[in-house]
Amino acid sequence: MTENRRTEYSLRQWITDKIFLGMTIGEYIKRSITPFNIVAGLILIAGLYASIIRFIKGLGPSTNLSDTYPWGLWIVDLLNYVAFGATGYTIVTAVHLLGLKEYRPIVRPAILIGFLGYLFVGISLLYDIGRPLRLPYPLFVSQGTTSVMFEVALCVFLYLTVLFLEFLPAPAEWLGLKKLRGWLAKITLALSVFGLTLSTLHQSSLGAYFLIAPGKLHPLWYSPYIPVFFFVSSVIAGLAMIIFVSMLSHRVFSSQGEHYDMAPTTPQPPLLRGIKRDNNFDKLTIGLGKAASITLLSYFCIKWLGVAHGNHWGLLKTPLGYWFLVEVLVFVLLPCFLYAWGVRQENATIVRFTSMFTIIGIMVNRINVTLVAFNWNAEVRYFPSWMEFAVSFTFITLIILIFRWIANRMAILYEHPEYKDAH
Amino acid sequence: MNINRRNFLKVGLAGSAALVIGGPTKSLAAEQFTGWPDRFGILVDTTLCIGCRTCEAACNEANKLPTPKEPFDDYSVFEKKRRTDAGTYTVVNRFANPKPGGEPIYVKKQCMHCDEPACASACPVKAFRKTPEGAVVYKKNLCIGCRYCMIACPFNIPAYEYFNAFTPLVRKCTMCFDIRIEKGKIPACVEACPMEVMTFGKRSEIIKLARQKIMAHPDKYADQIYGENEVGGTGWIYLAEVPFEHIGFRTDLGIKPYPELTKGSLGMVPIVIALWPALLMGLYTFSKRRSKSAETETMDSEEKEAKQ
Repeated sequence: MTENRRTEYSLRQWITDKIFLGMTIGEYIKRSITPFNIVAGLILIAGLYASIIRFIKGLGPSTNLSDTYPWGLWIVDLLNYVAFGATGYTIVTAVHLLGLKEYRPIVRPAILIGFLGYLFVGISLLYDIGRPLRLPYPLFVSQGTTSVMFEVALCVFLYLTVLFLEFLPAPAEWLGLKKLRGWLAKITLALSVFGLTLSTLHQSSLGAYFLIAPGKLHPLWYSPYIPVFFFVSSVIAGLAMIIFVSMLSHRVFSSQGEHYDMAPTTPQPPLLRGIKRDNNFDKLTIGLGKAASITLLSYFCIKWLGVAHGNHWGLLKTPLGYWFLVEVLVFVLLPCFLYAWGVRQENATIVRFTSMFTIIGIMVNRINVTLVAFNWNAEVRYFPSWMEFAVSFTFITLIILIFRWIANRMAILYEHPEYKDAH
Repeated sequence: MNINRRNFLKVGLAGSAALVIGGPTKSLAAEQFTGWPDRFGILVDTTLCIGCRTCEAACNEANKLPTPKEPFDDYSVFEKKRRTDAGTYTVVNRFANPKPGGEPIYVKKQCMHCDEPACASACPVKAFRKTPEGAVVYKKNLCIGCRYCMIACPFNIPAYEYFNAFTPLVRKCTMCFDIRIEKGKIPACVEACPMEVMTFGKRSEIIKLARQKIMAHPDKYADQIYGENEVGGTGWIYLAEVPFEHIGFRTDLGIKPYPELTKGSLGMVPIVIALWPALLMGLYTFSKRRSKSAETETMDSEEKEAKQ
């Protein structure tokens, strides 16, 4: 009986169900013509043109990089993908290692963001390095073991694999691969431990990239603690990103009905005790805001340790010193207070607004370290070319499109009905 | 072998003791690598340089570099401060003499051939190497083009072929290692200089020479040998009439070899790998036990409520 049904279930039907969400191709295309998609399409066309120039004519004609500024916008992007990819390990650690089970509903979107972020780290590198086909060289041909970059390459490669395996249960459910799904469930804990270990290493090592350039990075940003700054700020980035993405996905995917994280939880989880909101989604957001506020406060303190360690107080009274104060007061301390205020008021909207503000703050920090405070004393300054921007926006657009494609098909924001309680 | 606790401890202690005291004492000294003993160096006496750019021309020819826009007898190039680029391994810059009435000072710039090169330590594929002869050389068949060497170099020397679409390389002075030194010749620029500004020799010897020059003419030289200790010592060392910060040198780079800067951070890697999993499993066990005891508590209280 089942055998018969399986053969009757033709490939055509399968494609219609799985790929075109039960619509005919014509319908699907018609439904896809939306203002958002048209804008996305235009960005992709610009990015495609820039990509062709990059790969046919080289880095010179497509970018504004120079001998003084060998790293530009694409490296900033890469640092940001890794920082915001921290959603994966942050939420996985909270749920699987610290046992904060109430956050289980956001594990899958968090892993998906992390996976896509790290995937685009690799893709950015293909654009940025001069010999893209040699990308595997550090791992497989000649290991530069004294290089921070070698360590990052190894960790990022391994962690991308971990994220892929952590993400795999969703496509396994989608394709009905129960055995694979079951096997993956068994290695969850191992993956969580391995993932956090790798993340600790490479998140901090991205900061350690700059340890070798004390003469180039402004003393207010250069610090022996810069690896710690990068690691702690990645937690902030991860928390802000998951708050932001949850907010967006609730609007965009509202047609999916009851989202997993809307369901009320019993008993009241300890972190959220005393918070009275009508749905669990707001409660989770407020809980995440609480964690973000505390992390921001720690980060604010250690940033000053950096200044104190080098005794650079005098530099605060210079133009770049004012800019440092803007970064630390406006983009670190202010969101710390805003989150705390949102938590205090039990107002998820404040927390969501603050998450967007924090995301900008993290980007500002990565831009400062790579471009503004780097070569601060050089005569030549760098500003990205339009093609560098086009490629950047193309990657961000692609991340959004892929996320949407997957969330429309797989159990990312809701629980797959056949696998409830199968953790 | 019958292993009981006493034997185990005995063997263990003996082993540890052997590790601590048994190894050759050389291993303690290995921490302090003072560089290849017979490495070459080049002394640049900037007080002799007249800015004729002959060294630039000789370098260009020896390394088969592209013909530059301005010919080598065009002295208008001194209007601006130049740096090395993908087609130029060395440049001479002109600096105003800070002493009243002093002649302008010309300074040749090229790779400093550090004793412990930042570029080599930063490279993720070991494309740079300090040879026992003292040259820092580049393996073009390994380079992936990440340009981290350019970030790392404290002297801003390596340059990139941004306009080579498919096989771009990092370019910098090689001390003429493969084209001349290996054949028993001295670098092209040193040979070409009509003023004998540069002296090529064992680094240990030319440091002595520099000291002698300063001692013989304390009025002519600033009492400083640039490159003797900077960033752990460089292959090219300089003498000048005025303190070096006046003629385009960075004097704030310190004397610590640059590879040391990332050593601590990289040293933490194996520690994190070894300790994190144990620590995290501990955390996991703790959180699991806590949630279990919370569950039993709720169950107990529910039972009590049911009884009441």
